[in-house]
Amino acid sequence: MKFLEIKNLKTFFHTRSGTVRAVDEVSFSIDKGEIVGIVGESGSGKSVTCHTMLGLLPQPPARVEGGSMHFQGDNLVSLSKPALRALRGKRISMVFQDPMSCLNPFITIVEQVAEPLIIHDKLSRNKAEKQAIEMMKKVGIRDAEKRARSYPHEFSGGMRQRVMIAMALVTKPDLLLADEPTTALDVTIQARILKILKSLREELDVSVLFITHDLGVVAEIADRIVVMYRGKIVEQGRVNEIFSNPKHPYVKGLLACRPTLDCKYQTLPTVDDFLDTIENEDGTIEIREKENVKSTLRGLLEEKKASEDEQTEPLVEVQNLTVCFRSSRGFLRGKTEEVRAVDGIDLTIQKGKTLGLVGESGCGKTSAGRAILHLIRPTAGEVIYDGKSLGKLSKQTLLEYRKKMQIIFQDPYASLNPRLTIEQALIEPMLVHSIGDSRSNRRDRVVHILEEVGLSSAHLLRYPHEFSGGQRQRICVARALAVEPEFIVCDECVSAMDVSVQAQVLNLMQELQRKRQLTYLFISHDLSVVKFISDEVAVMQAGKIIEFGSAQNLYAHPKESYTQDLIDAIPSPYNLVKD
Amino acid sequence: MSIESAKAQNLISESPEGSSLWRDAWIRLRANRLATFSLFFFIFISILTIIGPEIISISYESQDLDNTFTPPGSTHLFGTDNLGRDLFARVLHGGRISLAVGFLATAVSLVIGVAYGMTSGYLGGKPDALMMRIVDILYSLPFTIFVILLMVLFGRNFVLLFIAIGAVEWLTMARITRGQTLGLKQAEFIEAARALGYSHSRILFRHILPNLIGPVIVYATLTVPAVMLLEAVLSFLGLGVQAPMSSWGSLIKEGSEKMDIAPWLIFFPGLFFSLTLLALNFLGDGLRDALDPKSAKD
Repeated sequence: MKFLEIKNLKTFFHTRSGTVRAVDEVSFSIDKGEIVGIVGESGSGKSVTCHTMLGLLPQPPARVEGGSMHFQGDNLVSLSKPALRALRGKRISMVFQDPMSCLNPFITIVEQVAEPLIIHDKLSRNKAEKQAIEMMKKVGIRDAEKRARSYPHEFSGGMRQRVMIAMALVTKPDLLLADEPTTALDVTIQARILKILKSLREELDVSVLFITHDLGVVAEIADRIVVMYRGKIVEQGRVNEIFSNPKHPYVKGLLACRPTLDCKYQTLPTVDDFLDTIENEDGTIEIREKENVKSTLRGLLEEKKASEDEQTEPLVEVQNLTVCFRSSRGFLRGKTEEVRAVDGIDLTIQKGKTLGLVGESGCGKTSAGRAILHLIRPTAGEVIYDGKSLGKLSKQTLLEYRKKMQIIFQDPYASLNPRLTIEQALIEPMLVHSIGDSRSNRRDRVVHILEEVGLSSAHLLRYPHEFSGGQRQRICVARALAVEPEFIVCDECVSAMDVSVQAQVLNLMQELQRKRQLTYLFISHDLSVVKFISDEVAVMQAGKIIEFGSAQNLYAHPKESYTQDLIDAIPSPYNLVKD
Repeated sequence: MSIESAKAQNLISESPEGSSLWRDAWIRLRANRLATFSLFFFIFISILTIIGPEIISISYESQDLDNTFTPPGSTHLFGTDNLGRDLFARVLHGGRISLAVGFLATAVSLVIGVAYGMTSGYLGGKPDALMMRIVDILYSLPFTIFVILLMVLFGRNFVLLFIAIGAVEWLTMARITRGQTLGLKQAEFIEAARALGYSHSRILFRHILPNLIGPVIVYATLTVPAVMLLEAVLSFLGLGVQAPMSSWGSLIKEGSEKMDIAPWLIFFPGLFFSLTLLALNFLGDGLRDALDPKSAKD
């Protein structure tokens, strides 16, 4: 008997607009002590599979339509609710994606980690807390005894995720479900968490089901991989097999579309280059491999043009830019503290080029981007745009410069007003800056821009929530383009996306740069993406620029050990995969 | 769920007809049967109380001391009170005043509260702290003393009642809007709007205000009944509507004193009062959903 065996599992969502086959005939198994990774893009059914196992799905609209899930002899599908509850947190535990919102902010860390023990093992409070502290030490929380009584907000993101893992493992479960546990973390912290999970697996003999959209992460940690696409398993096997010899076109596409450090593509391949999806009338989906994949790929595989001989002139010059935040709490409330988010940086961004700004979260790269646009007032220093110092401009003239400089944000869900249709959202900037002379003229411009970013006039009257994340980001790009800018700050603008969508948006941005001679400041924590898109790269740490150079040189010969650490933390298989 | 949204998109692209937020909202409201029914019920009650007293033959203030405490019957549809006044006429007439007070006071509080809260939240920092401390101070003033003060200064006046109640109710509204605005101000689409060089008034009215509608409408529907009850309290204290005029609030107060001998005196005004409030609450819920584009087409 297998440790966990899932057979022909079907979970459907019955909504008013029809049935969605979220999980469709999924079968796989896990052995004792094994780490299995489920990979897929958002909506592929990987999380639904996981939630079905624990009976955590809202029913209705979800319903398990068939199949079985045998876990150590119990069929989870037919288990009663109280039996499932006794099993959750005891024999099967779960770690969630966002460590910021998964801990109760009002309860001390040790109480939260000890709680499962008190509930499931009926331990006394003292004993439970002792064990909890033991577990916290195991997941690498230093000074666990001292910090046990602190509250979640006193911990960083990576530390909180360790707390979550400690909480999941404290009852010594047999199976750990990890749902994108490292997606919200920086690469260096991600690397550490993966290491901890791996060593704990051996120490506690726990099996892990690791869910992620990132093939690189899964290759780092898993023994076997299950790839899901639109509710079905398209391929499963051992890690090396899948990476060295992928069979399914979707898996091939997925492997190819992630920019790697030795990426030779001028334009990134996308999953759509590899397969056609045909939707049958009964709602089932057929996937066919495209025939001319190889020639398409060859077309994309031009060497990046050597651009040294081109003469460029600087568009944006940043001199000694400093941003301080005062943690004031309103008047009458006493002293203020000063935090230097950006600490005197100098940058030059060449016209028509892309400067990549890399660093971990909290290093000040976002504040720097906003201060360059004067969205937040710099405390000191100057931003010289095309020969003019922005700080010396009057409010009225600064408004005119707003037209030339735009920003695209990380979260395409939050950066569109939910109550404006796409047409309204795109026409508004034109109205404000008096672009276009009539309603119909502006409308034509909007349609033109939408087509440029790969959408169409059919989308004009829809609201943002009707679009997927990738489409929304295209709309954000379109909105930025509506005022015909020269310079765009891209603040982690592909970080929240699936790799396949990320490739599409990156391609779009490159194409737009070529067509419109745009200049980008590309802010990201992802070094491989930055390398792909940037001409020059600046590395930022604790508010300062510590290294600056051309993309090729910086990656090949990093001078600072911090840069080297960042490069090393990129999940390694990507660096091994050859096309 | 991407498949789901893809499907939803297909559904929508079949209807290329463009529409504004308000027209969409109307269509969505019509699809909500409970809300539509509540709307019509409410319109019906409003018409009844506005033109009802004009067409029925009995006046709300004529006394008939031979027929006190008559149970409901054919001559007096809802019976009579301790002075022999026809309860049906009084309920209709009272409805006028209750609805007028309820709506005007809510409107006053809505306008002041939203404007104040939005400004405070948007400005942030010290102006915000100052504006909110003013709200705190006003909160701490005892309501009845405030009203008595107004009455003493300006004399008893029906319009004053609206203003007095509205002037108190806006405080909570201001706090709610301010909190919402503070949250919205951080949203990236507001920052995008700033990056695009939009003016402050445009950001406030086009990007923040519409996104406040949900909580504001819900709170407004809660304010209407609260205001109607406040009016009853004031009337009871002799500061509001004076006999022989009536309002639902004062009728319920009177009725509750004579509940043991003439239960219909509390039953009928109470019934009208509760049905109207129920309809308003359903309507408020329906409006909130209808004005949220996300709630559509799921």
